[in-house]
Amino acid sequence: MESSSEYAIEMLGITKRFPGIIANDNVTVQLRKGEIHALLGENGAGKSTLMSVLFGLYQAEEGIIKKDGREVTIKNPNDANDLGIGMVHQHFKLVQCFTVLDNIILGDETVKHGLLQKNVSRKKIVELSDRYGLKVDPDAVIEDITVGMQQRTEILKMLYRDNEILIFDEPTAVLTPAEIDELMKIMKNLAKEGKSILFISHKLAEIMAVADRCTVLRRGKCIGTVNIKDTNPNELSRMMVGRDVQLVAEKEESVPGEVILHVENLSVPSRLHHKNAVSNVSFDVRAGEIVCIAGIDGNGQTELVYGLSGLENCSSGKILLGGKDITNAPIRERSVSGMSHIPEDRHKHGLVMDYSLAYNLVLQRYFEAEFSTSAGFLKKAEINKYADRLIEAFDIRSGQGAPTIVRSMSGGNQQKAIIAREIDKNPDILLAVQPTRGLDVGAIERVHRDIIAHRDKGHAILLVSLELEEVMSLSDRILVMYEGEIVGEFDPKKTTPEELGLYMAGARRAAS
Amino acid sequence: MNSENAKGKTTFRDFLEKDAIQSVIAALLCIILGLFIGYIALLIINPSGATEAIVTILKNYFTYPSSSAAMKYLGNTLVKAAPLLMCALSIQFCYQTGLFNIGAAGQYVAGAGAALYCALSLRLNWSICLLAALLAGGIFGTVVGILKAYLNVNEVISGIMLNWIGLYTVNMLLMGVKETASPYTVTVSSVNPGALLPSLGLGSLFTNNKYVTIAIPLSILFAILIKILLSKTVFGYEIKATGIAREAARYSGMKEKRNVILSLFIGGALAGVGAAFLFLSGYEQWSVTQSSVPGMGFNGIAATFLGGLDPIGTVFASYFIQHITSGGSYLDKNIYPSQISDFISAIIIYLCGFVLFFKLHFGGFLKKRREKAAAAEGGENK
Repeated sequence: MESSSEYAIEMLGITKRFPGIIANDNVTVQLRKGEIHALLGENGAGKSTLMSVLFGLYQAEEGIIKKDGREVTIKNPNDANDLGIGMVHQHFKLVQCFTVLDNIILGDETVKHGLLQKNVSRKKIVELSDRYGLKVDPDAVIEDITVGMQQRTEILKMLYRDNEILIFDEPTAVLTPAEIDELMKIMKNLAKEGKSILFISHKLAEIMAVADRCTVLRRGKCIGTVNIKDTNPNELSRMMVGRDVQLVAEKEESVPGEVILHVENLSVPSRLHHKNAVSNVSFDVRAGEIVCIAGIDGNGQTELVYGLSGLENCSSGKILLGGKDITNAPIRERSVSGMSHIPEDRHKHGLVMDYSLAYNLVLQRYFEAEFSTSAGFLKKAEINKYADRLIEAFDIRSGQGAPTIVRSMSGGNQQKAIIAREIDKNPDILLAVQPTRGLDVGAIERVHRDIIAHRDKGHAILLVSLELEEVMSLSDRILVMYEGEIVGEFDPKKTTPEELGLYMAGARRAAS
Repeated sequence: MNSENAKGKTTFRDFLEKDAIQSVIAALLCIILGLFIGYIALLIINPSGATEAIVTILKNYFTYPSSSAAMKYLGNTLVKAAPLLMCALSIQFCYQTGLFNIGAAGQYVAGAGAALYCALSLRLNWSICLLAALLAGGIFGTVVGILKAYLNVNEVISGIMLNWIGLYTVNMLLMGVKETASPYTVTVSSVNPGALLPSLGLGSLFTNNKYVTIAIPLSILFAILIKILLSKTVFGYEIKATGIAREAARYSGMKEKRNVILSLFIGGALAGVGAAFLFLSGYEQWSVTQSSVPGMGFNGIAATFLGGLDPIGTVFASYFIQHITSGGSYLDKNIYPSQISDFISAIIIYLCGFVLFFKLHFGGFLKKRREKAAAAEGGENK
């Protein structure tokens, strides 16, 4: 055991099978001390399974785990914790109505005579947050703070428990660009202080920016481990997908036609405060063009789409869809009139999680004559046939196909199901809110192609995206939203991300 | 579905993994455990007669040596099982919409009041009385539904309060048609025989039990209808989607408020009809001085969970609960309180949560076994 200290954690030859699928097939990952080691792979490549094995949520059938060169068994998350392994889950595990401090100490409270010693804990937390540059307010209540701060709370939770090995499960999926930069800095800081980090992601740019080494998984198999210094995004994406991937969407010049969606002086109230979240917004979306709403999260994009789709009542203004006034129309009427909506929150709005995939794929169309009889019975055979077609056409992967309960599917495939459903409805206007969130490059390429194909069929698309790269590569026209207003309109070919950034941050605005 | 079935081999394990089978096994376990704990209670009260007592409860009408008498009292058990089944269906239907309709008890009371008022005061035909019960129960359900849909008032709170409002309203309403010497309403057969549910000759199957009416087959028919409605129709699709994911239902353009109200209306109507099934058979009279909500609606909760939240399972569960409740009345009252069977069914209700627990853990256990087996198989192949 001379060089046993080189690796903080080693997973050697891990094999984990589920009925009908080998989630991990002889996978080896070795995490050096003080390095940031990325784990790259498509949705369903087995990243989460591998981490669940490391975290004790699953037991591997084959393979061993070594900590500091010594073989260990991890039967449950408590074992993992004792070994100094901590994890920031993609969906945070925080008590919403507790403060940051309460959440951090939860389960590891300092107690004296049965009473909490919060001051002791507070001192430790303040020390940790200073040392690693994690800005949090210990007394803020979780539900009031930003997602970025919630994530820093999760990180502090690990540090508070003196964890040496930190697992980040797709940590940037929920963050704004600024928060992502912040997180990258924090991760580098942590590594510099001697923590070893496993960084699960499918975003190449982030891996290139922050990781030291990268292990690529594809369909459960370990494709290889590379030094980031010696590679480039194209090579990584080829390793991940198994073929060359276009990282920038290729599209023809748009040929805008008639106005499909006309929005006039629209205001939408906010659920958070008594002011309007969207105030006095006017724009058109024409047939055959992709208009993108860019902006930092929380500047009224969500509410704008709620207003357009009918999830929220507008307080004033007018919405015309193909010349028809739909300002106060119910959701179903908008949908049948030719509007599709890929919602921002797929768990809350987009899917009935406990329904089968087939049932979810007809969620917008179950009442049509194709899927139900005039007497009100569902045509299950037709529904399954339709589902099978979409599953095939959009490459939606699931355990058992059409009857799979959606809850058991991976996030990326859930998203693909929504996109398939909404695009296949062949809408005149497609509202797509962060359609590629949580997808890997292969799937993103696919979604971008689908959206462009839909445009080329002569339909209108309103895209809301927080990713500037996506905005720049996909849109024909860019509208920047800041604090509920549209502060500028840009041609993607004549602007730069830097210029957009200034408008998004409110530092500049077009004269109106 | 799974690979082994695809090969045409159905193993015992596949059989055990079936959802319906697990429900049945869990329900049976729950019954056995319930009876066992009941037996212990009997032992504590009086050890010498306990075995005989538990046998009596289980035997119910088989206590009678002659088969004709047994058939007759089987009829009586069925007469009371029908309304219980209706209440269970009421709770189950609303449960699918994500609502816990504890107000079924009050909707049952409202149905009873409407049916008896139409039968005894207005002297109407049985079909109108049945319809009145349906509407009365439905309206009670709708009130809860409107409060829930528009003001987000918890349906359990509003339901329980309406239970009491219903009870005392019905007591007042039926004050005018009570027997002079007792607190009970006059019998339907003496005042308005036309309001009695027709028997269509069913009574003769049960040794001329005059209480056996179309209520019994109708209640089973309702169970089948609910089963079809929930699993095969557009309405069922919407109702369940609203129950599981209200926001997603709204997103897809379903009228989720309407669905909540409608499902409570239907739930209420089922409970209301259940009451009519009992009181229009002439089996029981309403006591206008009763100060507790009849237990039928609450027992429905037990039946629906024991039935594994499936309408057809609930048919059998309702019968079973009524079977031991009726059986309890044959106990030696000098030794045991007749409530002992209520006690046993209460324990079974308590264990009903176990049905879900069992399905979860037994199902999980089987899955693990399968994984291990698959792993071993895969290993050999390699």
